[in-house]
Amino acid sequence: MIEFPDAPAVARRAVLKGAVAGGLAGLGLGAFPFPAFADADAKEWPGDAFKVKSEADALKALYGKSAEASDKVSLDAPEIAENGAVVPIAVASTLPNVTGIAILVLENPNVLAAAYKIPAGTQASVANRLKMAKTTKVVAVVESGGKLYSATKEVKVTVGGCGG
Amino acid sequence: MAGTIRVRATASGDATEVQSLIRHPMDSGFVKDAKGELIPAHHIEVVQFEHGGKTVFTALWGPAVSKDPYLKFSFKGGKAGDELKVSWVDNKGASDSLVTKIQ
Repeated sequence: MIEFPDAPAVARRAVLKGAVAGGLAGLGLGAFPFPAFADADAKEWPGDAFKVKSEADALKALYGKSAEASDKVSLDAPEIAENGAVVPIAVASTLPNVTGIAILVLENPNVLAAAYKIPAGTQASVANRLKMAKTTKVVAVVESGGKLYSATKEVKVTVGGCGG
Repeated sequence: MAGTIRVRATASGDATEVQSLIRHPMDSGFVKDAKGELIPAHHIEVVQFEHGGKTVFTALWGPAVSKDPYLKFSFKGGKAGDELKVSWVDNKGASDSLVTKIQ
């Protein structure tokens, strides 16, 4: 004769299993044991490029070249930014073999705001939010096939993003 | 810093769209506190996204990226149930990471 454990014990075990699974999920673990992913590495950070004051210097530090304007780089930026601390900026491109995107805010103390590495198989498109100290030109640069292409827009900033 | 990353990765066709929000002060180093002293720069430097053992996106950020930074990008491949790992490291050496499942 098959014996069944009594109902309360089964219920207790189910609750405990759920709690452990919930706890693990709460830690953000997708599977256990999880594969060895590498972590973000600070050595990748191009510190020098983030300290320069001019567009030309930033591109030279990042890519070792300069950019030419292209209508295949699309830069989505608001005409007027109500809050300079959080300005939504999106960049996309139809150019082939895009390996990098950089965004420069020319009136900021340091012009390079962000740079992105685009491996093969990843779309040439990124959306982020940047701080802008005051009304400024924003330059989006796309590295494609070893060359740099850019698009520029002016963003009017009503309340500066430096907390002043 | 734990529990700072919120990410949603959605597969549609052969592309996966990733949106992430990371809780971080992203202090630029240019702002003064109530006492008039500069709050030192404290910002994320590198954010990395990995899928299938391969890096699919790397963000290199300076202090001009907004507080609690948002990011959206898309990569080919990835299907519902796959794992995506997000990790970041900041200029003070603090870091956090999260493994999520693509929906």
